[in-house]
Amino acid sequence: MFSPAGYAAAIAALMLSFAPSVASAETCDDLVLGAALSATGIYAANGTNTKNGYEFAANKINKAGGVHVGGKCYHFRIKYYDDESTPARAAQLVERLIDQDGVKFILGPYSSPLTKAILPVTEKYQTPVVQTEAASRSLFSQGYKYEFGIIATSEKYLTPVIDMAAERAKQAGKDPSALKVAMIYQDDPFSLDVRQGVVDTMKKHNMKAIIDDRMPKDLNDLTAFLTKVKALHADVLLVSGHEKGAATAARQMGELKVEVPVVGLTHCESAKIAKDFPKSAEGVICPTQWAETMKTSDPMFGSAADYNKEIKAAYPEYNVVPYQTAEASAGVYLWKDAFERAQSLDKEKVRDALSKTDLQTFYGPIKFAADGSNPSKEMLLRQIQDGKYIVVWPRDAAARELVFPRDAHY
Amino acid sequence: MQHIIGNISILWAAPILNVGLLLDGLMIGAIFALAAYGLALVWGVMNVKNLAQGDFIMMGGYVAWYLDQSGLHPLWGVPIAFLLLWGVGWVLYKAIVRKVITRDLFTSLLATFGIAIVIQQGLNLAFGPNTQSAQANLPSWSLAGGLITVTGTRLFGLVLAVLLSAAVVLFMKNTRMGQAIRATAQDPRAARVLGINTERVYTFTFCLNAAICGAAGALVAMVWNIQPFMGTTYSIRLFVIVTAAGFGNLPAVIAAGFGMGVFEQFGGFVFGAEFQQAIIVLLLLAVLTVRQIQQLSLRQALQ
Repeated sequence: MFSPAGYAAAIAALMLSFAPSVASAETCDDLVLGAALSATGIYAANGTNTKNGYEFAANKINKAGGVHVGGKCYHFRIKYYDDESTPARAAQLVERLIDQDGVKFILGPYSSPLTKAILPVTEKYQTPVVQTEAASRSLFSQGYKYEFGIIATSEKYLTPVIDMAAERAKQAGKDPSALKVAMIYQDDPFSLDVRQGVVDTMKKHNMKAIIDDRMPKDLNDLTAFLTKVKALHADVLLVSGHEKGAATAARQMGELKVEVPVVGLTHCESAKIAKDFPKSAEGVICPTQWAETMKTSDPMFGSAADYNKEIKAAYPEYNVVPYQTAEASAGVYLWKDAFERAQSLDKEKVRDALSKTDLQTFYGPIKFAADGSNPSKEMLLRQIQDGKYIVVWPRDAAARELVFPRDAHY
Repeated sequence: MQHIIGNISILWAAPILNVGLLLDGLMIGAIFALAAYGLALVWGVMNVKNLAQGDFIMMGGYVAWYLDQSGLHPLWGVPIAFLLLWGVGWVLYKAIVRKVITRDLFTSLLATFGIAIVIQQGLNLAFGPNTQSAQANLPSWSLAGGLITVTGTRLFGLVLAVLLSAAVVLFMKNTRMGQAIRATAQDPRAARVLGINTERVYTFTFCLNAAICGAAGALVAMVWNIQPFMGTTYSIRLFVIVTAAGFGNLPAVIAAGFGMGVFEQFGGFVFGAEFQQAIIVLLLLAVLTVRQIQQLSLRQALQ
């Protein structure tokens, strides 16, 4: 089960754990953050990505002198429990963190369903939580006062694809309202939020959906849907159905030779479509929360490119750094900023400081609305070009031009 | 309602699409038919309703995926998964199934449900929770100006399913073991009295079923994708097929498998993907209702 690289990493981690005790003789107290994260179950992969992001940021901040509050210095220490990817367990463990372990500050779990489950607990105990991994819009409509979410919410995931297609149509001298959009979404809260955003944006451009389907969680066959897409000659194809949806769409688009000029998919990276289906994935557009070509930076991590380099050095298993890791690190950095502005470890004072955040990070700007979401955070679009994920939108972060119409190698 | 009429008019305007959907449905149905045949076999012979059927399929899928990862062509997964799952079936039979076979319905349901959970978590621990797929890279052909595509993997699945089904049917008819299996299915006690080693028959049947699922699973990994927890969906589909066909009737099970594949494709096209599977369950309800009515009239005739 353990690869040689795994052993090497374990030994390196052991050596690192001895290093700070020698280097930093000055005594900094521990400042404990608590997190229920998935180490097992369906969210295990992204749970681990999140944990890597938390750990990397905590170590980096500690090495740079820690957090300074009231003339004292503190080192971040994060206490983890495995929530087994189940909402009920996550809620239980967060209650245990707060009630039994006395943790006063919480970092979010991975995914919207789990976050949804823990928020009533953190509200009950009036404990601030910074969540960096849950995008569902519904998390911000409950009136929660102690929740702060830094990532772009789900309704923004595929809307830039519509905007981009409309812009292309205008450039070609066509009316955007003539574009035929075919789309399919898994019927879960996240994907339906994605759909809502798209529907609103389409209204803005006066576009109509020629197909607007829902796919059940268990469905892994889109043949009938794609046959229809081909028959109706759609101009834009959108699919949002987590890893399974992306993998199924990529495979079957290739099998059925679906030639749609603009194809937008969520979860391309985790579904590994560029690697597994290189021919049909070529030209597919994928939204992401973060990319290393972003022109954003902060004094702690440097630029997005610097972060990319350092996290790859710390976790050599990453060929492409998952955005889940980057946003997790930004969350820990946000805690440091909030503590230092509050100059207190009092829950209420820190909560107030969090709500007044106006922070530039390597991950992008963080400034919370009254509902605890971060509206200034926008999605980026990456297109798979020659098997690589290249940022093509928005303009100021774009590394290359969009290939339009997409050039699938069937 | 409007989009349903719209979809039907698309089929009306381009009749060739019907052929495409029919072909896709048959090729998909072939894989279902294969695994449903195994389920019906175990159900009919041993009276065990195997809830781990779909998870056997996933195991077979992971065999093909693993071979693909280690550089072998995933088509090798079909025979290799067949053999490996035969072994898995043997171990499971000797360790667990043998002990519940004589018990009532719920014991065997619970036991196979337990096996299903253990397999799911085992696959999750061994291979991780991500969706995976094996790349067979077979060619695909476009017909009728691109409106129909026949993919190599699906065609291969169809051919293989037909061959395997034919082999199993011939085996049942013409060999001593096949005869023994059929005799045991009819009346285990009488079979024992006549000198048939029913224990051997049961072992063989359970292993054969697991092996068939393994081969079907390897096809699933090449045609769709696999995930440790996806097996349950397949179990449900297979139960629908076998129940609709009547488990005593093996040729009908194969026909129902094909029929379901076709029905799913047309249902998905006309009613939208959200009803692609719901329509199958509705079909099951209809079949059960009709059966019930038929049986009622039968009972009245007996009185």
